Parts: sequence; structure tokens; C-alpha cells
Amino acid sequence: MSTALDEVQTPLNDNTAVASEAAPVLLSVDNVSLSFGGVKAISDISFNILKGEVRAIIGPNGAGKTSMLNVINGFYHPQEGRISYKGKTRKRMKPHQAAASGIARTFQNVALFSGMSTLDNIMSGRSLKMHRGLIWQMLHVGPARNEEIAHRQFVEGIIDFLEIAHIRKQPVGKLPYGLQKRVELGRAMAMQPELLLLDEPMAGMNLEEKEDMSRFILDLNSEFGTTIALIEHDMGVVMDLADRVVVLDYGQKIADGTPSEVQANQNVIDAYLGVAS
Amino acid sequence: MEALMPALDAVFLAPFRDMVSLPDFLIQVIWEGFVSGILYALIALGFVLIYKASAVFNFAQGIMVVFAALVLVSLFDMGVPAWIALILTIGVMGILALTIERVVLRKLVNQHEAILLMATIGLTLVLKGAGQLVFGGEPKTMITEELGFSTGSSDWEVFDGIVIFQHIDIAAAVIAIVMVAALGVFFSKTRIGRALRAVADDHQAALSVGISLNQIWAIVWFASGIVALVTGIMWGARSDVSFALEIIALKALAVLILGGFTSIPGAIVGGLIVGIGEKLFEVYWGPLFGGGVEAWFAYVLALIFLLFRPQGMFGERHIERV
Amino acid sequence: MFYREAGQFKTTYADDQALLPIAQDRVGLIIVLAIAFLVLPIVASDFFLSSIMIPFLVFALAAIGLNILMGYAGQLSLGTGAFMGVGAYSCYKLTTIFPDLNILIVLLLSGFFSAGVGVVFGLPSLRIKGLYLAITTLAAQFFLEWCFIRVGWLYNYNDSGAIEVPQRELFGLAVTGPHATPETRYLIILTIVAVMTLVAANVLRGRIGRSWMMIRDMDIAAELMGVRPLYAKLSAFAFSSYYCGVAGALMVFMWLGSAEVEAFDINHSFLVLFMVIIGGMGSLTGCFMGAAFIWVLPVILRAIPPAFELDILAATMEHISSIIIGALIIFFLIVEPHGLARLWRVGKEKLRTWPFPYAT
Ligand SMILES: Nc1ncnc2c1ncn2[C@@H]1O[C@H](COP(=O)(O)OP(=O)(O)OP(=O)(O)O)[C@@H](O)[C@H]1O
Ligand SMILES: [Mg+2]
Repeated sequence: MSTALDEVQTPLNDNTAVASEAAPVLLSVDNVSLSFGGVKAISDISFNILKGEVRAIIGPNGAGKTSMLNVINGFYHPQEGRISYKGKTRKRMKPHQAAASGIARTFQNVALFSGMSTLDNIMSGRSLKMHRGLIWQMLHVGPARNEEIAHRQFVEGIIDFLEIAHIRKQPVGKLPYGLQKRVELGRAMAMQPELLLLDEPMAGMNLEEKEDMSRFILDLNSEFGTTIALIEHDMGVVMDLADRVVVLDYGQKIADGTPSEVQANQNVIDAYLGVAS
Repeated sequence: MEALMPALDAVFLAPFRDMVSLPDFLIQVIWEGFVSGILYALIALGFVLIYKASAVFNFAQGIMVVFAALVLVSLFDMGVPAWIALILTIGVMGILALTIERVVLRKLVNQHEAILLMATIGLTLVLKGAGQLVFGGEPKTMITEELGFSTGSSDWEVFDGIVIFQHIDIAAAVIAIVMVAALGVFFSKTRIGRALRAVADDHQAALSVGISLNQIWAIVWFASGIVALVTGIMWGARSDVSFALEIIALKALAVLILGGFTSIPGAIVGGLIVGIGEKLFEVYWGPLFGGGVEAWFAYVLALIFLLFRPQGMFGERHIERV
Repeated sequence: MFYREAGQFKTTYADDQALLPIAQDRVGLIIVLAIAFLVLPIVASDFFLSSIMIPFLVFALAAIGLNILMGYAGQLSLGTGAFMGVGAYSCYKLTTIFPDLNILIVLLLSGFFSAGVGVVFGLPSLRIKGLYLAITTLAAQFFLEWCFIRVGWLYNYNDSGAIEVPQRELFGLAVTGPHATPETRYLIILTIVAVMTLVAANVLRGRIGRSWMMIRDMDIAAELMGVRPLYAKLSAFAFSSYYCGVAGALMVFMWLGSAEVEAFDINHSFLVLFMVIIGGMGSLTGCFMGAAFIWVLPVILRAIPPAFELDILAATMEHISSIIIGALIIFFLIVEPHGLARLWRVGKEKLRTWPFPYAT
């Protein structure tokens, strides 16, 4: 199914095995707190993500999940705490620096480039990998053209992988929601990230679409070793996909462990049933 | 160093020495600035009314001022008595508001604000062409006295000098204050006014009051048409009624940046800052630059202001979400 | 029947990414270029060349400049006229300071000055968005206009306050100044505009153009994908202002012959803006269509009364064309927000399926 991608993708990391206890830490969040005016969106949260794992972040609405992803890729700047990524610790990072260091993401409310085609949207994920300067671009011959074509080839691989060849040239603005989410995943994949942050990739999808999406995520993780942080409300999906789960509620971490551990945790049950509040 | 001192003096000290040495002149300059500031504020007010209720950035406000004044003057020229001409002009502005709502706005509901802005730029062209076609392009004199305004002036003796107040300027200030107060009452005390405020936050809420969006739009356009008419009379009384005003009206954009797109007090304060600021700058600093700095002062002020407070004077800073 | 892509299969991505993937379009373009380069200079009258074709090309180039900024990078500008002015005054200064420098080089160099000025006034775009940015460009417009009047050095302290284009030659042929023939000026401007359009098309379909569109469509996502807003926005300002600057220089050197500040006032900024809206935001073809429409429509309207021996003032026709253009802007925004260019494309779609309207 994904043979086209195999040919063109040079895996960034070769540990295709699912994370084990021995896997190194890719990202660690230490005592991070974030507030907006009076609202404390995240308070003193610590957890880590191991290389190669699928890490789910769950919690009720407004728990601070999206804010956590925003902190990780530098869109929000936490008032306190530190983030270490690939062994480097930083307090502040710009979103484009995060992108350059291999963090990609999708958004809860689809944030595609609505005026561009599916193809261009996914091509946009290659931005950081293209290097030809202005002069070459102006001429669009030789190296610039070859570069464009090489990346086009790569992107076609993703398009095949996600089974969206039929909408290649369509403007994304008019696509149905489920397809938009898929294109968004494709765009993030095109960045060949080491860490992929997915914010509710299956929200609003029907069962079939969810199954497709789950399959893509698992393939991405197992075949290319991409580490994935996943926010998802559907517990069934989380149980199937995640290696470990961290649970947030009202900006606080209330549980952290394997899916089954978390599911049995009393705090989690209370939070989801609304007892805690 | 030696060469620098006089330059610094000329920029930072000399203007203030001039101000202090002729205080009556300073008062006169501030008053002039105050009055033109009120006119900027009135144009900005027209913008704000519409933007608040419909998020349409009405570029045509300036031309509406010219248009209203032209209709008034031309009706009078045709032999209609001044007061009846005034009432008829209000009627014309009402029809204009309804037409704009029907023909333009209703078709563009929920469009991006840039699209709406450009639609009002198109509207500007139509009104400009139509105005010139019907009323001719040459400047006209406002019927100030016929409407009952005194064209005389009063002197005020202070600091061994005199400050001259044109009566029409005083009238402009009073009318502007009355109008802002009236709008304040309208927005807070009347049913329609409250609905207008609601519609800015939440379209559903407004509908539940029993007023349709279309009606609300027609009403705000009518209201800002009346504001435009008042502005046109005041402006026309000070200079004359001509299409040149359209360019000057762009300064209201700078006022809006200072005061915020949705705040009525902001429009007033911003207008006064721009009006007084540009007069002071022109008179006391202008000579250093060779004069004519009034043409850009407002925009550069707004630009510098934006760099430090992108959210405007009264706006709150908010962090974007994804 | 004839406008079909049937049978034209793209076998490589390179073919698919060509500027005009459909063969009929390529043929069409070649025909248009052939007429423009070979036929018009021979058959067209001097009036047609200097009062219609040359201004049309100038405005088309300026419209491309504005469209890059507005249609592709999503940054609103009301200062096009002033940026054109910077190009014109730079060109004038350069050629009077270095009279021996090849005039083509001077024309192309002058764009760099407006690019620089564009970048300076584009800096606020890093903090300010949308309508607020319009004010920045207005500040540029009025401040620069003021400079064109007050800074005598810019027009070599001429008493008239105008810049007068001196005669410059290329291979012994006068290309600027009163002795340059309309044919020469037309061919030079046509060549420059054609080449610069091709370059714009190339940039727009590559990485840089894509980064502008990313910023336009969703700036937050663009930044999270590694686009640096600083580079993307400022490069758009620079590129756009370069085009406007060269257009301004061409306007004075190839068309007007002399110019005062009025040639670069805010009304010209709006004129170019209208061309972009009517032609279609985010379309290069649209720039030509918009320029043709807005420039040619008033010319035609002015020609109507004399042709029918009607006693209508030229000014009246001017006002009518203002109403028509205004109404068309509203019409396009309501019915076809992507302007003439989209109408053209839709028309071609229809042609492709003709005579079977439902076959796809
Ligand atoms: N830019 C912002 N400005 C102000 N408050 C914010 C901002 N972003 C998030 N918040 C607040 O932070 C809290 C956490 O929001 P967040 O979006 O992270 O929750 P979430 O867990 O993703 O919820 P959901 O499941 O609904 O997506 C909420 O109370 C929200 O209102
Ligand atoms: Mg969320």
C-alpha cells in the first residue's frame, strides 16, 4: 500500500520498533505552567515522549491539551518550566525553529491553506527542504526545476499513501471535512518530522474514516518510526493506537501510564464522569 | 557635536519656546486643531457605527459626506427652502442606505472583511461618479446661514492678544458633542440600540430581539448617512463642498487606528489627537521640514502608534489560537 | 471542440508542472506574443501604441506588482502609486548622475530603490495585519508624495518641479525623450514586461511563491511549517515594490516623458488596485485583463460621443466610466470574486465540454 512512499522516503531515524522501556527520551516537558490573564491553562505539568512511541494526551474539554501542543511547538510561551527536545533544553522557541528541528503538527480546527490545491498544500510541507535561491527560482531552470520535480515526486508518494490522488488538483477549501483532515496529515508528513503532533485528527469523522485515519497513523509510526503525540477524545481509538497516555484535567496532570493503567485510574474515571469538579 | 546642538535645539526646544512666548497664538492653533479634529472624529464615527454592527469597513464614508452635502446644496439651488432641503437630504440618505443594503451588503453576508472593504471602495467610485454626473464636479458653497448658523466670529482677549472663534466652529463642536451623546443614549437605552450592540457580539442574540440583520444594517447605514450629512454641513461651512474632501477623509483611517474600530469614545479622542497634533506639528515643527507635513502626520502617527500598541488605544491584547 | 486536452497525457511531473500544461494555451500565447511583437508595431497607429498599448503595459506591470503583494501574499497596499514614484525618481536620478549608463540597466536598477523603500514600509506588516496594514501603506503614500514635492534634489531643483526625461540612446537609436518613436518605446516596454511576467510566474510557482501564499492563507500554520514570516512578508514587499518601481520608471520614461507628483498620487494607487480586483486577485493573466479593462474602457467611452456626433462632454463620460467601474467591482465581488481571469477560465471550461455541457 505504501510502496510509493518507501521508494522516496529516507527514514530520518531507523528505529522502526515501537518504543520500549529502553527507547531514549525524545521530548520532555518539565514543570510547565501557562496562563492567559487569569485563566491557568496548564499548571506545573511534566511528562515525556519516548522516541518512536505513540503518546496520547487526553482529557475533558478545556483541559489544556491543545495549549500543551502549542507550547511544545513554540506557538505559546509558557511562563514557567522547560522543554527539552532531542537533549537540548530551551525556554523559548519560535514556531519556525520548532519546525526546522523536526516537529510537525495538525490542528484541531483544520488550518489548511484554503486558497491552494491539495498538491500545493502538501508541497508546502517541503518548504524547509527546498534550498534553491531566488535567482534560480526566477529562472526556473536547471537546479530549481529539478528540485521542484524531486519534491513533487516525494509528495506524490504521500498522496498515494493517503489515497487522495483524485483530489490532487482541487482547492482544499471546498473538500469535505474528512478529506481536509487527511490533506492536513499529508502536509505534516511532507515535513518528514521526527515528532508529529496530532490534535484530534479524527474529530467529526465517521467510523470508516476513523479506521482509515488510524491505519495511516499506525503505518506512519511503525514504518517510518515517526514519534507521535496524539490528542483524541475517542477512547477506543486511544486504546488501539497509544503506547502511553497522559491525562489532563483543568490544566493539571491527573494520570500517566499505559492505556489500561489509565483506564483503571480512579482520578481519570472521576474526571470523565465530572465528579472531580 | 557643535553642529548637532543647534539641530537638537531646533527640534526639541525651540518649538516649545515659541509656544510659550506667544500663548494666545498657541491657543488659536489648538482651537483650530480641535475643530478639524472634531470633523475627523465625525467621519470616524460614521465608520465606527457601521463597523460595530456589521464588521464592514466602510471606505465610502468620506464620499458619503461629500454626497450628502452636495445633495443638500443642490436642492437648495433648485429653489427648495433650506430646512426642507435638509429633510429631503435625510430622506435621500435613507434611500441610499436601503439601496446599499439591498444591492450590495445582502449579497456579501459572511464574506471576508477585505472583500467587504473592497465592495465599499467600489461603492465609493459609484457615488463619486454619480455625484459628479448629477451635481457637477466644481466646488459649491455650503448654505450655512440659510440653515441658521451664524457665520460671524467672537474674539477672546487673553495673554495680551486675541483668539478668534468662528461661530460655525463652536456650533460644530456643540453639535458633535450632542450627536455623540445622542448616540450614547441610543445605544444604551433604546431597544434597537441594544440590538445593534448585541449584533456586534452575536448575530443570534440580535435576531432574538426580533430585528432582522438586514434591518439592522439598513439602520446603521442610515445613521452613518446622517452623521455624514452633519459632517458635510460643518465641513462645507469651513471650506467648501468639493470632492477634494474624499482624500482628507482618509485621515479618519488614522483616527480609527488610534481609537479602535469599534469605540465611539475612541473615535472622538483619536480625532482630537490627530486634529490637534497635526496642527501643532505643522505650525511649530513644519518649517523644519519645509512645511506641508499635515499631509502625512496623521498616518505616520498612527503607524508609530501601531508599532507599539497593535491592539489600539482601548483594545485588549489577545493571543491568537489555533 | 477545438479546445480540448483530450489525448494530451502528461507522462512526467515536469510536463504537469509546466506554466501552460494545455497545448492550445501555449499556441494561444504564442499567437498573442507574435501579434504584440510583430504585427502591432507595423500596423498600429502611433496613437494606438502610445496612448493605449504603452499605458496598458505600464499598468499591467504595476498590477502584477500589487497582485504579488495583495493577491499572493495577502498584504493589502494602498501605496502603489508612491512606489511607482520611487522607481521613476530613482531612474531619473540615476540617468542624470550616470548619463552613459545603458538606459535599460538604469530602468531595471531603479526598481531596487523602490524595493528598498517597500521593505521599510513593509516592516510593520510583521506586527500588523489586514486593514491595519492599509494605514502603513497610506503613510508611505502620503509621506513619499510629500518627499517628491519637498526634496528638490529628487528632481534636480527644476523650476517646474517635474522630472523631464532626457534623451537616451541604445545602439544609436533614441529610446527615451522626445525623439524616441512610439514603436521603439513600445517594443522595449513590451520586452521588459514580457520577461518580467515570466519571471514572476516562475517565482510564484516555486518555493518562494508558495511561502507567500501560505502566509496569505493561514499565517500561523505557515510559521508552524517553517516559513519565517519576516522573510516571507518582506520578500513579498520587496518583490512587489520592485515591479511597481520599474512600472513607474517605465511610465515616465516610455510614456509620459515628464511627470510631477500627481502622476504618483493616491488615485493611481486606487487605479492599480481596481485593475487587480477586476482582473482577479492571485492571477497574472488577470493583471493584464484588469489593466486592459480599466485603461481601455474610459478611452472607448470617451470616443463614443464624437463617433456618434453626440454633444456629451468628455468629463461626463469620465464620470460614467467611474460608475461602471465601481459597479463592476461590486459585481465581481458578489458574483465572481476572482475577477475577469476566473470568468475567462470558466469560459474555457465551457469550451472544453462544448457541445456537451454536462460531460466532464
Ligand atoms: N489564546 C488563548 N487566549 C486565552 N485563553 C486561551 C487561549 N488558548 C487557550 N485558552 C484557554 O486555556 C484553556 C485550555 O484550552 P485548550 O484549548 O488547551 O483546551 P483543550 O484541552 O484543547 O480543549 P478541547 O478538548 O476543547 O480542545 C481553556 O480554558 C481556554 O479557554
Ligand atoms: Mg483542543
